[in-house]
Amino acid sequence: MKILAGYLAGLLFGLGLAISGMTDPARVIGFLDVAGAWDPTLIFVLGGAVVTTFIGYRLVWRRQMPLFESRFQLPTRRDLDSRLLGGAALFGIGWGLSGYCPGPGVASLPEPSWPLAAFIMTLLLGWWLARRLSSAH
Amino acid sequence: METMSGLQGALGGVLIGLAATLLMGSLGRIAGISGILSGLLFERGGNRPWRLAFVLGIVSGPGLLILTGLDWGNVSGDSGAVVGLPESGPAMMLIAGLLVGLGTGLGSGCTSGHGVCGLARLSPRSMAATLVFVLVAMLTVYLSRHVLGGSV
Repeated sequence: MKILAGYLAGLLFGLGLAISGMTDPARVIGFLDVAGAWDPTLIFVLGGAVVTTFIGYRLVWRRQMPLFESRFQLPTRRDLDSRLLGGAALFGIGWGLSGYCPGPGVASLPEPSWPLAAFIMTLLLGWWLARRLSSAH
Repeated sequence: METMSGLQGALGGVLIGLAATLLMGSLGRIAGISGILSGLLFERGGNRPWRLAFVLGIVSGPGLLILTGLDWGNVSGDSGAVVGLPESGPAMMLIAGLLVGLGTGLGSGCTSGHGVCGLARLSPRSMAATLVFVLVAMLTVYLSRHVLGGSV
């Protein structure tokens, strides 16, 4: 059941990315390009997703625990630190240069290309490096 | 055309929200792609099966639309396409991928974990991270497209 739940959640997520147009880097860059021909689509995607998640989370949190696990695993930290903000800034540069964040990068794999393969390869390398850096602390 | 794109965006966003709700309701987990995929690759233990299933689900969403010929994508300038072509060449994409991996790894999340789930949880860390990555990405696009004239 856990595997089925994981798969269905991923499937809905992937369909959402494709239907909203987030698997098109031109749409994403169109949103980020505020000085160009601005494309507001991403605002609608984020708005629809955040409002739905906001309501959905509050409904499922009425239960004591999730259906197939013993507890909800939520981040508890509330402080801001330089790793969080510096990491977000590095991510922003990469996102702006390519128009890809991790979800759309993975969801675009059904139509592979060399640039996409290059992105995914160094994306994995970056995650590995971040784990090395974090464990060195 | 623009209105249609906004409607598709909102509809797709609702599906993403349902996906996040389903993952929280069933497994009690945040639907953060960077955490799930890097965890799948670099952590051992009992979380591997559902993480793998989730990643396969993400790929099969657009994959099924392509296989069934369903014309539900929202690629700008190509109404029949589900997945848009990369805007940059392999060299730029190598750099971008490294920055996205390193940044989301150190910053504990990307557009899904911080942007969608974190904002919905009203997490101050996610709000700050989302503000920073959106503004930095806008600045990056401004510099690369309008100051350096697309030569980057």
